[in-house]
Amino acid sequence: MSFYGLVDGTEASLKSYLNNLSGVDQVGAEARAAMLATRSIKTTSKRWAIETAITMVDLTTLEGADTPGKVKALCTKAVRPDPTDSSVPSVGAVCVYNDMVSVARTHLDLIGGQHVPVAAVSTAFPSGRASMPVKIQDTQDAIDAGAAEIDMVIDRGAFLAGRYIDVFNEIVQIKEVCADKAHLKVIFETGELVTYDNVRKASFLAMAAGADFIKTSTGKVAPAATPPVVLVMLEAVRDFYEMTNTRIGVKPAGGIRTTKDAIKQLVLVNETVGPDWLNPKLFRIGASALLNDLLMQRMKLDEGYYSSPQYVTMD
Amino acid sequence: MSNRIDVKKTYKLYINGAFPRTESGRTYEVKSAKGAFIANPCLASRKDLRDAVVAARAAHAGWNKATAYNRGQILYRIAEMLEGRRAQFVDEIVAVTGVTKVKAEKEVTDSVDRLVWYAGWTDKIASLSGSTNPVAGPFYNFTIPESVGVVAAIAPETPSLLGLIDVVAPIITSGNTVIVLASTKAPLSAMTFAEVLATSDLPHGVINILTGKKEEIAPWMASHMDIDAMDISGVPAKMHSEIKVAGAENLKRIHSFKSADPGRIIAFMEAKTVWHPIGL
Repeated sequence: MSFYGLVDGTEASLKSYLNNLSGVDQVGAEARAAMLATRSIKTTSKRWAIETAITMVDLTTLEGADTPGKVKALCTKAVRPDPTDSSVPSVGAVCVYNDMVSVARTHLDLIGGQHVPVAAVSTAFPSGRASMPVKIQDTQDAIDAGAAEIDMVIDRGAFLAGRYIDVFNEIVQIKEVCADKAHLKVIFETGELVTYDNVRKASFLAMAAGADFIKTSTGKVAPAATPPVVLVMLEAVRDFYEMTNTRIGVKPAGGIRTTKDAIKQLVLVNETVGPDWLNPKLFRIGASALLNDLLMQRMKLDEGYYSSPQYVTMD
Repeated sequence: MSNRIDVKKTYKLYINGAFPRTESGRTYEVKSAKGAFIANPCLASRKDLRDAVVAARAAHAGWNKATAYNRGQILYRIAEMLEGRRAQFVDEIVAVTGVTKVKAEKEVTDSVDRLVWYAGWTDKIASLSGSTNPVAGPFYNFTIPESVGVVAAIAPETPSLLGLIDVVAPIITSGNTVIVLASTKAPLSAMTFAEVLATSDLPHGVINILTGKKEEIAPWMASHMDIDAMDISGVPAKMHSEIKVAGAENLKRIHSFKSADPGRIIAFMEAKTVWHPIGL
């Protein structure tokens, strides 16, 4: 493994790589995110943003109470979000727990949703508190069941204790399991990393270790995908692209519920890493309630009056 | 002592139990009957209406589920709070409309009494408009009226306080939540009434009050798919058919009234039949 020539796999080289990162200007990052949030996106731009955001949604259900029926309903919605309007595009992926992957994959194939990938949350999601063999088996199970994307959580305990090499090796090993069969998204749970410096550090660590995507949160901890956190991660992705010429994707997840929130995220992407990232291969939004609001806003643009949650499916 | 600078009240909207400024940032001037400047209330936009509908929809489940007894207590509490602030309402009504103090006092008294009257109706209306139906089988059959959901209302221009209460009180009595557009020329007592609501244990979002123009807000109320019914008592008759046509899209129940009567409560209720097998 080359790790882009940035790290040679030893603890010493990882430490020097991470120590050479610049710090994050907290006040500056928050001010810039707040400033970009004031952009007003209207009419044709808004329509484009809504359609783009729909293709970026990782339609998610991660509940203990998930039933096969609920997962199937979610898959149906993922393929055709608005049953009354076939011009609405399919979402980016369906995101479920490991044991629901085969249910989701089978149902998607059955209803003509071969183009919609299934993402599985693995490595003892959401806490990440399990031994390495268990995490590897967890990931292998998901891939065997048909997952094309693996959302892994890092061991935040190890990260906060400064054992970066453990976190690094964990990602490397999961990446080996994924190989070319599945995309790897690495979840930081930014709400538990506390500082922006930690978020930046985790971003660079994960990207060097082989992540295809970096993802803010599990959705189980608040605060989750706040605009400044996403900005810090996007800046890390931009800097990494300059260093290695490799494009890494970003996935904010948790707390993005309205069209307004989603459009703010798209503005952040466009202004930080540029329009290349404005596609579902490099930017995803992990959400469940968001899709209904996007559909309602789209109806408003079409019909000219405000819609009601009664006219979109229940989750 | 130097002359003290007046501390004037900023009249804002009342949405979801909070007092936000209008999203549009617009205001308009309210003048006294003689033309003197009094205040700059918010000129609400359709987006404020949209926010208010979201709040009203979220509040409906809880308010509808509250017992009739509890809703009656809260309506009575609103009357108590209003009674305690009589002087402020009288002053505002006199300043804006130019009526005599005696007339303004009567309007406030009537407003308090009206609230108490509707408070009494909360636990009686179901037996007035519902029924137990005789059936030939081993079960009971009841007709139970329930609230329709989110109701939008336009308060009449005058009287500004009593008119608002006449519109709002019957709607919430049965468990509906409401978004009401206050009198355009005399919106001050509506916004002061919002302060009364904020201290009356009324759950957030049950009553939402906007100030602005009927021509701007009423058509958006009529076409909004998440509003179930409308009280257009305060809308000029020439606008009625336009509103009814727009409201037909989601089968809104649209009514207007002249006086206070229990029919105003029943108009915003619907009967659902519930079957109860015996012995199960």
